[in-house]
Amino acid sequence: MHGTFIDVEVSGAAASDPELARKLEEVCPVDIFAAAGGTVEIARENLDECVLCELCVEAAPRGTVVVRKLYDGTRLER
Amino acid sequence: MRFYEYESRRIVERAGIPVTDYGFATTAAEAGQAAERIGGPTVIKSQVLTGGRMKAGGVRFADSPEQAEADAAEILELEIGGHVPVGVLVDPKAEIEQEYYAAVLWDGRAKRPMMLFSDMGGIDIEQVAAEHPDHVGRGHLSNLHPIADFEAKQAVARCGMTGSALNRASAVLARLARLQRDYDMTLAEINPLARLADGSFVALDAHMEMEDEAVGRHKPMLHEIGVDLDEPRELYEPSEFERNVKAIDAADHRGVIQGKDHGFHGDLGLVIGAGGGSLTLTDAVRSQGGRPANYAEIGGNPSVAKSKGLAIEVLRKDGVEKIAVMMSIVSNTRVDIVARGVIKACLELGKDPAETIAIFRIPGAWEEEGYRILDRYGVEYCDRSVSMWEAAGRAVARVQGDRTGSQ
Ligand code: SF4
Repeated sequence: MHGTFIDVEVSGAAASDPELARKLEEVCPVDIFAAAGGTVEIARENLDECVLCELCVEAAPRGTVVVRKLYDGTRLER
Repeated sequence: MRFYEYESRRIVERAGIPVTDYGFATTAAEAGQAAERIGGPTVIKSQVLTGGRMKAGGVRFADSPEQAEADAAEILELEIGGHVPVGVLVDPKAEIEQEYYAAVLWDGRAKRPMMLFSDMGGIDIEQVAAEHPDHVGRGHLSNLHPIADFEAKQAVARCGMTGSALNRASAVLARLARLQRDYDMTLAEINPLARLADGSFVALDAHMEMEDEAVGRHKPMLHEIGVDLDEPRELYEPSEFERNVKAIDAADHRGVIQGKDHGFHGDLGLVIGAGGGSLTLTDAVRSQGGRPANYAEIGGNPSVAKSKGLAIEVLRKDGVEKIAVMMSIVSNTRVDIVARGVIKACLELGKDPAETIAIFRIPGAWEEEGYRILDRYGVEYCDRSVSMWEAAGRAVARVQGDRTGSQ
């Protein structure tokens, strides 16, 4: 389930990296990520609060985190 | 912030203005004791933050302490306009030679305090001003210079007073003016100000209103006169809309929202704000022939959830089919975040954002991103090149178009 405006994807292997989970939880200003049991969990109810700051994209290894803007189809990724 | 009469009396007394030997009581027994101490006939007055006390039976005259106690017992049980009294004021029944009116209020047009004095006190000052303009003396005060006694004297003299009465009344007005400035009162009024048989002046009733934003600065004085700052002082019972908006605001620290609908009965919901924009935009809607359903303030970068919460509450109001989302100046509030919030509100209520949002005009940060969202949902929007007045006109036209179409 995604938000009305925003979706966030974390690729399979990265999603179970406890270090990345901790980092994402720390950088996101609107609590979209939680490090639960060593894996990355996404708080779906907060997705639409995403401020498009790209901190998650920058904090994660290249190509592992993508923020999708559902209203125009563009993506934040590296 | 409004004050009860007994608190206003204490404020006036602190400023050195003579008052009667009054007593404040929260029980009938205390009222009886106060009447005993005062001696002679007394007046027992309900302490509520609303008018119409006399008509409702909240003011009684007692000839003895026993009667004062019995009257107080009844008054303390008497609800007036939905207000339960916090106590009663016990006042001596003064032997009055003449009643006067004295006030210092904030004149918003002149942006300065204004003194008002009349030798026809005890009645509505608007009525006196309309029917006997020569009995009302006025005078503006500087915001910067110290208040001089002669300025008060000029205002009092303008209603024809002379001699010792002029001197004594001027001293009261000058003190009232200093009180108004020192304590940031939007209104400091004594009505009636009485001249007694011995020529002295005493304040028989006082009405004070302090600028809400200044309350924090005057805590020592408020504490001294016994004001409980935790006690709500609303002039009316907040509506469900007002309570809900307040709760949404309190639950999330991001940004600020406010909503009022007391006295609003229109059909155009307002989600408006920024830098004084709420008042300007409400006026703009009215001057364009629209009927606002509420007053609102939104700003300081609210979250999507908070913006959505305000919009939902506005849209749930009876008779509201459309909302106008507008702000005045270019601010740091993110346009895309507010756009998400108001669109989400429409979607969650099963409404089409394009039909429901009559106009979206927020000049601010992330405008382009906001416009992409509004485009996606077909919402009509405009940028800062369209004035607030024009944007309000577009919103009103859409509501009125709907009404005409459905007739
Ligand atoms: S872009 Fe910023 S706000 Fe959005 S999910 Fe990433 S870190 Fe959170």
